Amino acid sequence: MLDNRSRTGHLPGTMTRRRAIGTLAAVGSLPLAARFAQAQSSEPIRIGFQVHRTGIGAAYGRWYDRTTEAAARRINDAGGINGRPVEIIAEDDGTDPKRGAEVVEKFATQHNCDIAFGTLFSHVVIGSAPRAGELKIPYFVVSEGHHVASGILNRYTLQPGITDVKSQVEAMGPYVAENLGKKVTMIFPDFAFGHDHRDYFSASIERQGGTVVEKIAIPPTETAFTKYFPRIPQDTEVVYHVMVGPAVLTFVKELGEFFGPSSPEIFGFIDSLEAVDITSPGLEFLEGSYFWEGYPRYAQADQTEYDKAYRAAVGVDDNGAALSDSKDVSTYAHMFGCWETLNIVKAGMEASGYAGPDDRAALIEAVEAMTDLPHSLDHPQGAKVFNGRTHQVFGHQYISRVNEGRLDVVHTTSIEDTLYEDETDYTAQAF
Amino acid sequence: MSPPAGESPHWPAVGRTPRFRSPLLHAGIILGLIVIHFILPEYHNGNLARIMVLAVYAMGYNILFGYTGLLSLGHALFFAAGMYGLGLPMHLLGATPAPAFLGGLATALVVSAVIGFLALRTSGVAFMIVTLMFAQAGFLTVLLFGEYTRGDEGFVIQQAARQVAGIDLTDPSNRYFAALTLFGVCLLLIAWLVQTPFGRCLVAIRENEERARLLGYDVLAHKLGAVIISGTMSGAAGAAYALLFGYAGATFASVQYSILPLLWVLLGGAGTTIGPFIGTVFMFYLIDLASGVTSAYMLIAGLALVLLTIFAPQGLAGELRRRLMSWLP
Repeated sequence: MLDNRSRTGHLPGTMTRRRAIGTLAAVGSLPLAARFAQAQSSEPIRIGFQVHRTGIGAAYGRWYDRTTEAAARRINDAGGINGRPVEIIAEDDGTDPKRGAEVVEKFATQHNCDIAFGTLFSHVVIGSAPRAGELKIPYFVVSEGHHVASGILNRYTLQPGITDVKSQVEAMGPYVAENLGKKVTMIFPDFAFGHDHRDYFSASIERQGGTVVEKIAIPPTETAFTKYFPRIPQDTEVVYHVMVGPAVLTFVKELGEFFGPSSPEIFGFIDSLEAVDITSPGLEFLEGSYFWEGYPRYAQADQTEYDKAYRAAVGVDDNGAALSDSKDVSTYAHMFGCWETLNIVKAGMEASGYAGPDDRAALIEAVEAMTDLPHSLDHPQGAKVFNGRTHQVFGHQYISRVNEGRLDVVHTTSIEDTLYEDETDYTAQAF
Repeated sequence: MSPPAGESPHWPAVGRTPRFRSPLLHAGIILGLIVIHFILPEYHNGNLARIMVLAVYAMGYNILFGYTGLLSLGHALFFAAGMYGLGLPMHLLGATPAPAFLGGLATALVVSAVIGFLALRTSGVAFMIVTLMFAQAGFLTVLLFGEYTRGDEGFVIQQAARQVAGIDLTDPSNRYFAALTLFGVCLLLIAWLVQTPFGRCLVAIRENEERARLLGYDVLAHKLGAVIISGTMSGAAGAAYALLFGYAGATFASVQYSILPLLWVLLGGAGTTIGPFIGTVFMFYLIDLASGVTSAYMLIAGLALVLLTIFAPQGLAGELRRRLMSWLP
């Protein structure tokens, strides 16, 4: 046999019957295979976008949607990912953890998405992440919750596009203590998000020699807030507030009515006013108060080219409102996370040579290997450092002061100010 | 009554008498769910596993609402009692699933006994309000003890912990059959229960409470029994949800999750054994399909509910019973 095979191999022009049939079959099937390869290479990369279109997160979801579409458009205009176009497949999760998990399942097993992406509210992330891990679909969240870095999720869940609440809050302590006061009263929603603020800021201000003189937890179902404000001690130097949900505007207005013209320094997280125009009637008292911003809503005097291009791409004016409607205020401090996350996904897929779901583990490893993410149009909010062990990104935080009805940045933290000890190492988990 | 011509006088025509039709129907549903697992695509298999767990919740609700005539707006409390009764021991103490599941059942049983004892001092609208308030108190309790429950965020029950006797409950097939086991047991239990004197007394109470009392039945004891069975079954669904899908959170204790089983039962057919399952399937896929078309999918769900209320006021299974299957339990 061996001799025969060798002999025919050395005799061009002679062909056995079996070989002829084989060759014909190969030639016959070539166009099909070529067509298949072509289809594979040009098939879109499907990104399942879990979006809060209804429920408590709808205001955020609307802008997450616009930012995601803008980011995908930019990626596609630049040739897609590995030569393939990006297709965003959006599904409403109703800002509900049960529906969120169902949506992740739908992405993985019905839409055949390559990854799932986009979730903001922490309870939806935590409710969905177990299913993402079981279905082995990379789940890129844009939540700012500490859940990823705390180690309670899994290797398939990553947060590379937005910093987490622990790093944000802990980085505020030094500025507040040094510039605003050391006796702080905290007002926060009485659920996990508020408790994170309470715990991380208390620790941070105490490290600066300050103290939290009162912690006022507001029940999540509350719609009237004035009755809580008499609990603010008279020696309070700084009121720290953070609220979310549909009652935020009422909360801030009632805070202003309570204090009148004289108030302690007021420091808030912009979450209290995301998607709200700070020049709304009743918010005049905010003049001179301070806010944390994940990304400055108003274009600053030293606006970068990246910010200018990013605003134009997502359709936001210099005041942080939609170009098409100046009353439609964006969730500017958070939504950049969608833009930056998709750019991370692109970089990860290109680095890993991602071709399909079989390469999901390689994609995660490629993202885990990332460290420095320089300030660029891919990362217009600022430079960042990704921690592959904890699957969490770290970056600059901004403190702005309300000045003549707009927010002007008065302080930018360093990335080092936001770092904390690792609490987990996801790379030790098997895929 | 003489048997139909051609049939043995000693052997009832299997499948044609009420005595045999009901077991055949329920066994057929369970068998169908076994077979369909090997046919359906992965996505629908996953959905069906979830639907079966939620249908257990609806079946529990149906015992109280459909068979006893007590409209509760607080069943999320029982679902959450089972969920946290299982979840907290697993999350905080490292308990294994089997004893934790029993813990979930026990928690739901105790909570439903206490709530039943207190709420049954009222009736009608007052019962609805009292159950709603108790459930809201339960929801706020979950938030209050956020240090342990992680409040609204909830907590994950890790994949590695969800193993029973070497069976990995995170495997899609294992999850499906675990859900089917619970669903099958509850379906057969209810089918049996409603045929017992206890079950018939519940129906009598629903139809005319005063007459049942005049006939000498201990109405309060029967109602309390119904609350306990209903609450414990709802708790079993909550525990199973946490175990099979790896998450427990305060959302499941919110008022929304008290309304959902009411909708499922109304759509499917209150007071029928198969109605809750039909309603849960219908509602799940209505939302799943409508959400792909519009973000106003709850409007479509609402419209469907209105239309069904107008044209099929007894729900889908209720209509089946009215038109075709008068023997439907």
